[in-house]
Amino acid sequence: MRLTCPLCGTRDRREFYYSGSEDYLNRPAEGAPIEAWDDMLHLRTNPAGVTKDLWYHETGCGSWLLVTRNTVTHAVLATELVAARKGGAA
Amino acid sequence: MRYSGWKVITEGLLGNTGWGRAWRDPAPKAEYDAIVIGGGGHGLATAYYLAKNHGLTNIAVLEKGYLGSGNIGRNTTIVRANYFLPGNSEFYSHSLKLWEKLEGELNYNVMHSQRGHIILFHSDGQRDAAVRRGNAIVNQGDDAELLSVAQLKEMLPYLDYNQTRFPIYGGLIQRRAGTARHDAVAWGYARAADRLGVDLIQNCEVTGIDTVDGKVIGVQTKRGAIRAKKVGMVVAGRSSQVAAMAGMRLPIESHVLQAFVTEGLKPVIDHVVSYGMGHFYISQSDKGGLVFGGDIDMYSSYASRGNLPMVEHVMEAGMTLMPMLARARVLRSWGGIMDMTPDGSPIIDKTHIDGLFVDAGWNYGGFKAAPASGWCMAHLMATGQSHEVARRFRLDRFRTGHVMDEEGTGSQHNLH
Repeated sequence: MRLTCPLCGTRDRREFYYSGSEDYLNRPAEGAPIEAWDDMLHLRTNPAGVTKDLWYHETGCGSWLLVTRNTVTHAVLATELVAARKGGAA
Repeated sequence: MRYSGWKVITEGLLGNTGWGRAWRDPAPKAEYDAIVIGGGGHGLATAYYLAKNHGLTNIAVLEKGYLGSGNIGRNTTIVRANYFLPGNSEFYSHSLKLWEKLEGELNYNVMHSQRGHIILFHSDGQRDAAVRRGNAIVNQGDDAELLSVAQLKEMLPYLDYNQTRFPIYGGLIQRRAGTARHDAVAWGYARAADRLGVDLIQNCEVTGIDTVDGKVIGVQTKRGAIRAKKVGMVVAGRSSQVAAMAGMRLPIESHVLQAFVTEGLKPVIDHVVSYGMGHFYISQSDKGGLVFGGDIDMYSSYASRGNLPMVEHVMEAGMTLMPMLARARVLRSWGGIMDMTPDGSPIIDKTHIDGLFVDAGWNYGGFKAAPASGWCMAHLMATGQSHEVARRFRLDRFRTGHVMDEEGTGSQHNLH
């Protein structure tokens, strides 16, 4: 598998560190109930198909990427910089 | 029919014409007392113990494909009870005891071989950890023994003891650990459950879980609706999809784990050996193939195949430990879908829906757990109470903070 970093181009999977589901971007507000934190940290939709997850370009530019890919075929559909999203890196 | 040595002889004389089917192929009934979703090792064991220990024989196992078509049919077949944490320790101890009586219990040869499992260590720190783990195992009532380099060299002369970076300092052996014939475990449980009256229904994918007022009333399948007041979800890597039918999100992410087998060789590796510095473990099957595996690919996947970086890593680790592997040719590799929990420990628990139970999150260690998992899941489904050796495998433990991080790496999906 290869991922396309918006800054560095298409790179080997080994340059990236997998962090997990995009759920991590939906950080609960201060004072949110514990269930909301459980939802963000542990509970997962875990789709067999298209998913969005966070990857860190560890041995490249150090950017956090939001990758859209298919968990059944390993096809990578899109990559974007988390920092470039509206609201930035949550 | 009871299998026996006598039966083998008489069938040999009669041209093997009298064996018959190992289990029936029944059509689903409209209603059962309980349904187990998933005809893998854990599901079949659950059904067997529901019938055997709790007298529930009007039950069905619903399997999407054929029995044993998932991870029970493709794994590295290691059976051991060398866990450390309270909660895991007594559970796997219980499982190993069930393994030791399994063949007589099921009247089926699962080729359980207690050839010993050795974890190698490569530093003073790792030696201390091995001593601590060994003591915990002994306190649990199981066996563990520290091996010196001299003892190891006697037993495993083929290891490279003086690797430049990770010389071998010793090992921790559990002599009662070993391997078993994976498919035979599924077949043995299937046949034994069938003999007790359990309906094993194949090609019967569950497409929905029906509930009324917070209680389960049955399931929808590709072969019609089936009613039951108790339903157990025992579907390993597909747990998230089945739980979603009941409106649940589980603390599970599915990852791929690869394993490899070489061409058949003469006996060369007599034990199960785990490398302490790379994720690598190996044994030799009775057919002669070297069976080995490594770590998960480390990102969520349902592809049933892995990526090359992990293949390279496993081969490197293997070659570092056992240079003789260079002469073996890999026949095939495969990737299984692992139901990974954030802390690497499983779940056997009720859900928020009355009568709906979940047995999942077996990570990369489900094979050895199959007997005890079935035992405890059957206990939970029959009595409504957690079995004492599985009482910490709670679904809500991540919210309450009672995590069970055996590896000590943290409670996060990408760390196990």
